[in-house]
Amino acid sequence: MCLAIPARVVAVSGPDQAVVELGGIRKQVSLALVDGIAVGDYVIVHVGYALARLDPEQAAMTLQLMAEGGAASEVAP
Amino acid sequence: MSRQVKPGYARALDIRHGRVDLSHGGGGRAMVQLIRELFARHLGNAYLEQGNDGTVLPPLPGRLVVTTDSHVVSPLFFPGGDIGCLAVHGTVNDLAVMGAQPLWLTAGFILEEGFPLADLDRIAASMARACREAGVHLVAGDTKVVERGKGDGVFITTSGIGVVAESCTLSGAAARPGDAVLLSGTLGDHGMAIMSQRENLGFDTPIHSDTAALNGLTALMMQHADGAIRLMRDPTRGGLAATLNEIADQSGVGVLLDEAMIPLRPEVEAACELLGLDPLNVANEGKLVAVCDAALAPALVQCMRTHPLGREAAPIGTVIADPHHFVQMQTRLGGRRMVDWLSGEQLPRIC
Amino acid sequence: MKYIDEFRDGALAADIARAIAAAVEPERTYRFMEFCGGHTHAIARYGLPDLLPANVLMIHGPGCPVCVLPIGRIDMAIELALEHHAIVCTYADTLRVPASGGLTLMRARAQGGDIRMVYSVDDALRTAREHPDREVVFFAIGFETTTPPTAVALLQAAAEDLANFSVLCCHVLTPAAIAAILDAPACEAPTGVPLDGFVGPAHVSTVIGSDPYAAFACAYRKPVVIAGFEPLDVMQAILMLVRQVNSGRAEVENEFTRAVTPAGNRKAQQLMDQVFELRPSFEWRGLGEIQRSALRIRERYARLDAERRYPLAYRTIADNRACECGPILRGLKRPIDCKLFGSVCTPETPMGSCMVSSEGACAAHYTYGRHKDTVEGTA
Repeated sequence: MCLAIPARVVAVSGPDQAVVELGGIRKQVSLALVDGIAVGDYVIVHVGYALARLDPEQAAMTLQLMAEGGAASEVAP
Repeated sequence: MSRQVKPGYARALDIRHGRVDLSHGGGGRAMVQLIRELFARHLGNAYLEQGNDGTVLPPLPGRLVVTTDSHVVSPLFFPGGDIGCLAVHGTVNDLAVMGAQPLWLTAGFILEEGFPLADLDRIAASMARACREAGVHLVAGDTKVVERGKGDGVFITTSGIGVVAESCTLSGAAARPGDAVLLSGTLGDHGMAIMSQRENLGFDTPIHSDTAALNGLTALMMQHADGAIRLMRDPTRGGLAATLNEIADQSGVGVLLDEAMIPLRPEVEAACELLGLDPLNVANEGKLVAVCDAALAPALVQCMRTHPLGREAAPIGTVIADPHHFVQMQTRLGGRRMVDWLSGEQLPRIC
Repeated sequence: MKYIDEFRDGALAADIARAIAAAVEPERTYRFMEFCGGHTHAIARYGLPDLLPANVLMIHGPGCPVCVLPIGRIDMAIELALEHHAIVCTYADTLRVPASGGLTLMRARAQGGDIRMVYSVDDALRTAREHPDREVVFFAIGFETTTPPTAVALLQAAAEDLANFSVLCCHVLTPAAIAAILDAPACEAPTGVPLDGFVGPAHVSTVIGSDPYAAFACAYRKPVVIAGFEPLDVMQAILMLVRQVNSGRAEVENEFTRAVTPAGNRKAQQLMDQVFELRPSFEWRGLGEIQRSALRIRERYARLDAERRYPLAYRTIADNRACECGPILRGLKRPIDCKLFGSVCTPETPMGSCMVSSEGACAAHYTYGRHKDTVEGTA
């Protein structure tokens, strides 16, 4: 049951509620499972809930690694 | 003194606040009033004014093409259209993709007791507009009313009659290996417009249905490339996947699609992502797929793009020899996968 | 779509494919299991096997909560609708799963059961508020990705004193399932070769973190690479697994660093812990009883637990004897090794768990990959 999509937070409305946007579609989601989300952040959305904030630096690093043909292995800290 | 014979009903139909009741289907005065003051006001024409149990139509040059369709869409009104224009477009399109010129429609309405007349008026007006734009006439109609709870507001059943030239050879069995597969525009708009209206999906941005009459586009295509087009079809329920699988079976061939060439509106793509749906399985109501001689494909695509309903036309694949009649797709990643029939009803996926 | 399209780039995919081809030792076969149903679906839907060298084999694991949901649990949901006249709210995925007596939730609806598809558990809460005169039950399935939203909903219902709402809890746990696979006797494998490593689930890991997998890497000496949801993520993870296997390492690596941290989502974990506790044992379809692998609602929230609110009894219902889902879920057999595959058992008429959901190994293969079966010998 893993279908979850990264979407951009465009508005924080009320406690624990936000509006996210994906490809022009806007949707209400719950922020009850995350903290410190701001407008402009990307969150992973699953069944109407944000599960995690997406880290843009890590995303860029991952793409970089892929482009380098995954030069050196990365061990989890 | 002479007095004009009054019509049998003293008061005009209250279209603003009135509702359908069982008498409107009873065959009596109420039904006649409904037909005259609502349906005929929008859809009336010389054929309907013949006023008999059956309408006499003039003879046609060429061969007759007939089709029938039922419309049970819910919600009845959606961004981009409603059940009325959808009914007209769907019927016109079934004729148009046969290479026929659509001429005449019939429409049967099953109305639910309690259905607002204002909504019915909107639907009739929308149908009339769609008929005018497509250049077709409603030539026969029927109305029935069912008890409250036994219908979904309104169901519409249509039939359509068109005429096709003697020389036309379009057929679902005519696709040959090497032929090009063309698509007239973006996939999934109608199905996602309907899905996104469902109460519990909560999309704030409307996706618009693509419902439209395609006979102008098909006439242009036939004019330009008659003889080189093997077949045309409109990918409605079941989406492009169903249509291509039908064609593959009928023609005894396989199809290989190129995912990168398939046009998608960003919001439709996003909605499909959110719901875990495949755009290839989503219904379209204003698009067509055509199979043609590969040599003519580039020129035919250019021709389609000159028409408002074909602006995003694209070549999306090739017909190949395949004894198993599979439809396959080269994904944008480079791997290949099958494009199978939709299993069961399309439901949003959570997984 | 940002953070989606970049991770589906065809050119990058070709780069990673080349790197994998260069990294594999030609004499060696690499067998990796992708645990998560979402990964199974991504691999099938993008035709990833075409981009992998012939000696890298992807084995499809049981990380599809619909697939592993026992028939008896669906029977309970149907019973709630047909006999107790509750409004049963469920995710769409469960609607067509065959249960006992030729029924599915969808057929039960046709028989008059008030069964409603929801996209989110919040829809079920809303239904309960809108129908105070009716009982509303939410059929809660899913791994740790889907469990936190149920926890939030239960706490919400408790806070509001929502008298007509309850949850039929069928949430299951990923680490326990991985352990069950690794504990399966390797001698059942047709080739006698066990798994070489795991592609760890993407979104489950955003919740539980990467730490819990360390136990497997250590105890079973199997590398685990947590991969994001997109096809490039899966390919990158496969590259990382190949490298680990080549150098004899068995570590937890995280490819999905943009969303997964070692500790995971503490807030979500705390909320789950507040509401749920471990069941001593739970039956998984195709895998049998697994200890400490599933959750139930805590005593404190008994009023919201459908199993305590209604006189429901769980009955084990066996699958068709010829069904090979058990070995397939453990990665010991492939869909085409099952006599029923494609003939009796299809997505329209699923006989077992691997076919009932589009993420099951058999359904994914049937829908996206069976064109390969027509080529002599390969799948």
